[in-house]
Amino acid sequence: MAVEGIGARALRKEDKRFITGKGRYTDDMVLPGMGHAAFVRSPHAHARVKGIDASAALAMPGVDAVLTGDQLVGDGIGNLICGWMIHSKDGSPMNMGGWRALEPEVVRHVGQAVAVVVADTPAQARDAADAVVVDYEELPAVVDAIEALAPGAPQIHPEAAGNLIFDWEIGDEAAVEAAFDNAAHVTRMEIRNNRLVPNPMEPRAALASYDDAEEHYTLYTTSQNPHVARLVLSAFYNVAPEHKLRVIAPDVGGGFGSKIYIYPEEMVCLWASKRVGRPVKWVSDRTEAFLTDAHGRDHRSEAELALDADNRITGLRVKTIANLGAYMSLFSSSVPTYLYATLLSGQYDIPAIHANVKTVYTNTTPVDAYRGAGRPEATYLLERLMETAAREVGLSPAEFRRRNFVRSFPHQTPVIMCYDAGDYDATLDAAMKAADYDGFAARKAEAASRGKLRGIGLSCYIEACGIAPSAAVGSLGAGVGLWESAEVRVNPVGTVEVLTGSHSHGQGHETTFAQLISERFGLDTDAVSIVHGDTDKVQFGMGTYGSRSGAVGMSAIVKALDKVEAKAKKIAAHLMEAAEGDIQIEGGELKVAGTDKKLTFTEVALAAYTAHNLPDGMEPGLKEGAFYDPTNFTFPAGTYVCEVEVDPETGKTEIVNFVAADDFGKVINPMIVEGQVHGGLVQGIGQALLENASYDENGQLLTASYMDYSMPRADDVPSFKLTTHETLCPGNPLGMKGCGEAGAIGSPPAVINAITDAIGSNDLAMPASPEKVWALYRSAMREAAE
Amino acid sequence: MYETSYHRAGSLAEAAQLISNADDGKFLGGGQTLLPTMKQRLAAPSDIVDLTKIPELKGIREDGGSIVIGAATTHYEVASSALLKEKIPGLAALAGGIGDPAVRHMGTLGGSIANNDPAADYPSALVALNATVATSKRSLSAEDFFVGMFETALDDDEVVVSVSFPIAQKSAYSKYPNPASRYAMAGVFVARLGDGSVRVAVTGAGQNGVFRATAMEDALSGNWSPDAVAGIEVGADDMLHDIHGSADYRSNLVTVMAKRAVAATG
Repeated sequence: MAVEGIGARALRKEDKRFITGKGRYTDDMVLPGMGHAAFVRSPHAHARVKGIDASAALAMPGVDAVLTGDQLVGDGIGNLICGWMIHSKDGSPMNMGGWRALEPEVVRHVGQAVAVVVADTPAQARDAADAVVVDYEELPAVVDAIEALAPGAPQIHPEAAGNLIFDWEIGDEAAVEAAFDNAAHVTRMEIRNNRLVPNPMEPRAALASYDDAEEHYTLYTTSQNPHVARLVLSAFYNVAPEHKLRVIAPDVGGGFGSKIYIYPEEMVCLWASKRVGRPVKWVSDRTEAFLTDAHGRDHRSEAELALDADNRITGLRVKTIANLGAYMSLFSSSVPTYLYATLLSGQYDIPAIHANVKTVYTNTTPVDAYRGAGRPEATYLLERLMETAAREVGLSPAEFRRRNFVRSFPHQTPVIMCYDAGDYDATLDAAMKAADYDGFAARKAEAASRGKLRGIGLSCYIEACGIAPSAAVGSLGAGVGLWESAEVRVNPVGTVEVLTGSHSHGQGHETTFAQLISERFGLDTDAVSIVHGDTDKVQFGMGTYGSRSGAVGMSAIVKALDKVEAKAKKIAAHLMEAAEGDIQIEGGELKVAGTDKKLTFTEVALAAYTAHNLPDGMEPGLKEGAFYDPTNFTFPAGTYVCEVEVDPETGKTEIVNFVAADDFGKVINPMIVEGQVHGGLVQGIGQALLENASYDENGQLLTASYMDYSMPRADDVPSFKLTTHETLCPGNPLGMKGCGEAGAIGSPPAVINAITDAIGSNDLAMPASPEKVWALYRSAMREAAE
Repeated sequence: MYETSYHRAGSLAEAAQLISNADDGKFLGGGQTLLPTMKQRLAAPSDIVDLTKIPELKGIREDGGSIVIGAATTHYEVASSALLKEKIPGLAALAGGIGDPAVRHMGTLGGSIANNDPAADYPSALVALNATVATSKRSLSAEDFFVGMFETALDDDEVVVSVSFPIAQKSAYSKYPNPASRYAMAGVFVARLGDGSVRVAVTGAGQNGVFRATAMEDALSGNWSPDAVAGIEVGADDMLHDIHGSADYRSNLVTVMAKRAVAATG
């Protein structure tokens, strides 16, 4: 390696172990005497549990125990909870139903666990789980959110009458009413945001052990935020007191949000490890992942845009019904509210916005944050509406957007957010240039000569990352603060360890965080190691989600580095008998400005620890910690252009060109940022073209394997054209905004806008499957012929 | 996966013996369907008898006017065979489009046809090329071999030894893959046989597995061109329908794939 600072395309330090198969994941962990758990899961979407007969299972070889919900409740283990309180517009708190990690009474979705078997081998546990006889009384089920709200629908939780969890609103309804009364043109749409399954490459896993002598638990698990897991497991679920529980999230193979939450299986392993007196491991199989990992999206909305005679937007009205599934997952309530409706202003100056959101229980897998979390839903709704409105009023989609862009900052929207900085014209210009927008007509004509329908679509997205000032989110109902912490330890030999509360599960922190130290002290990145993911090693931290590791996590490291640098300079000034203000750090050395006097960073570090000659009163050592609480959200934004060719005979869409022009603020490692954008774009394109969690009317998940759930593959996507434009975020020391979710947020509307442009028909819902596109084009042709 | 006992047969006689000794035995080819099914605990044979090391099940050779392919020949071996690329290019191309590279290096011709998945590719080639299936007991025409969805004429202890494909004047296969599984949602194999007769066989789309599209055969007999089949629909009545495509859509795909297969023969 080398001295590779901010902006360097440094190769990833972690890749050697990942590429050579030396990563250490939870399933790689082995503890002496460990047993294996297998869960007994409901085959029904809604049923009363009348009895559980484990006698046959208990008699099978290798079986230690069969544990049920009655035992769990009897041991005082608490319900799983949603940690973000939302109040309905009438002021009443959300109606949260009880969620037990093993359900003793009523199961509410297919795959819900009712019992767990612990045995010597995974196969013995699985065989015994199949032998547990559960007597179910089937109850009527409902899977669709609108049907769940209808009178007479099956009642899922006694706490939520009519299955309504809350009926929330934001914005000024009267002002919006007035805007629509005076509108010159109104565009109306019904918009569906399809339900997705996160599908990280590594499925969830847990290995729990209990030390009887110390009364201490250890949990290895696939978590994006091990400290939050420990907090919730101790404070709410009563599994173990915080100081008697160590949570380790070792190498984790992707999360996309789905590994933020505490699930039943992980806490059951902890509880069971004490019950059976041996370590207990559970590794989800792929079908369990489809049935129990929190799903994403699933919105049904009505959206209306009011325009004046100059085609400037005067009002936006949105009514959304969000399906939260059978239980309220940890952050589920925040996703369709504060992470969604607060972004409905997009990149546009919209004077009046009102949104009403109803959240609903159904007999489906719980829904929570998935890459983008609310912001993809807002962007899809708004950017479909913008493109449609432009078509209706006869303006080019780019011109219509330009006419409504926010251009002065800070900009206060009518829905809480205050945009701090941005240049939306710049990213739109860059995207259109890279896409050769002006040459589209010629390409369309050429495609037509080959029998293909060519279309182009835009999406101008904005999102909010770096969540967020703790006081602000607290006032909105969050149960935790959303700061981050860091500790920078300079060792006596001058190497550096950074302990961070951020967690890397694919983001490349070991590289980018080291680049920050390299930039600051001129050290080789090999002289820096990043420590994360272990509550016994790292001071408290909030973890990684919502594109916050750069904007929040690195800001905490900067604060700690400031303190380290100040102390190092004091020591250097003392040793070289110079003024502290004359000390400069450059190339791994501390120099006295204007002289040839200098000390290496290593010499200063050693001096700090020998403590033979420190300034009067200075403590030995060179180690500093810091907590950073954001001053505002950050606002990444950009323009995506998608160009497609549709085969009218099969309805198959091919993406022939895709341009992303993003403003992420300061970029630390362009290669890693490009990788994040690539991944996000593929997930967004997957949502637009392929992915859909499909249930039948009885609540059976029809897409519970890769035979039926269409994951995007390499040949489904083109080689992306990426460009970045940098306006620095004024709210944090490095000017970073965040890049982890933009691709998934901005791309779906660009794809659908392009397909609807190609086929000349607008009523297309995601995923744009070939059959849907084929049928829509055929009916459009038929109508045109009549 | 449930516990099972693995046996490797060295000869057809040994295979027959092993399967008759088993409580609930299954023959194993490349394992690309059976093993995933067992892993999902949807099948639990007491014994599996691996056929892929039996010498007479291996190899590709020309015999008179036909190409004979051993049942344990992998899709990769069929796809990369210089002999097949020259004599029956449509068949080599079909094998090169099955699954993914890992599947093609393990999966076998015999295993595929003995399973008779309605969305598998090979059945269309066997029927369209009027192939003959040689088993450990007898010879069967392709049309007699395939009985229905996941059903063949094979007895429980009967093994596919080889398939003999008459060399065709023209052959090509075109399929529309399921976006999730990449199995055929509609796959059409068109062939003009050595005697000039035309056969069109469809896989992936029909409720009863592979079938012949006789109206298309008639049309192509007089006029071997994509236009000849462009207006012919097999109809939605006997088509599969699921979350990936309605019967109407599959019927449309059959017509489109037939056109493209004919076009691919040049």
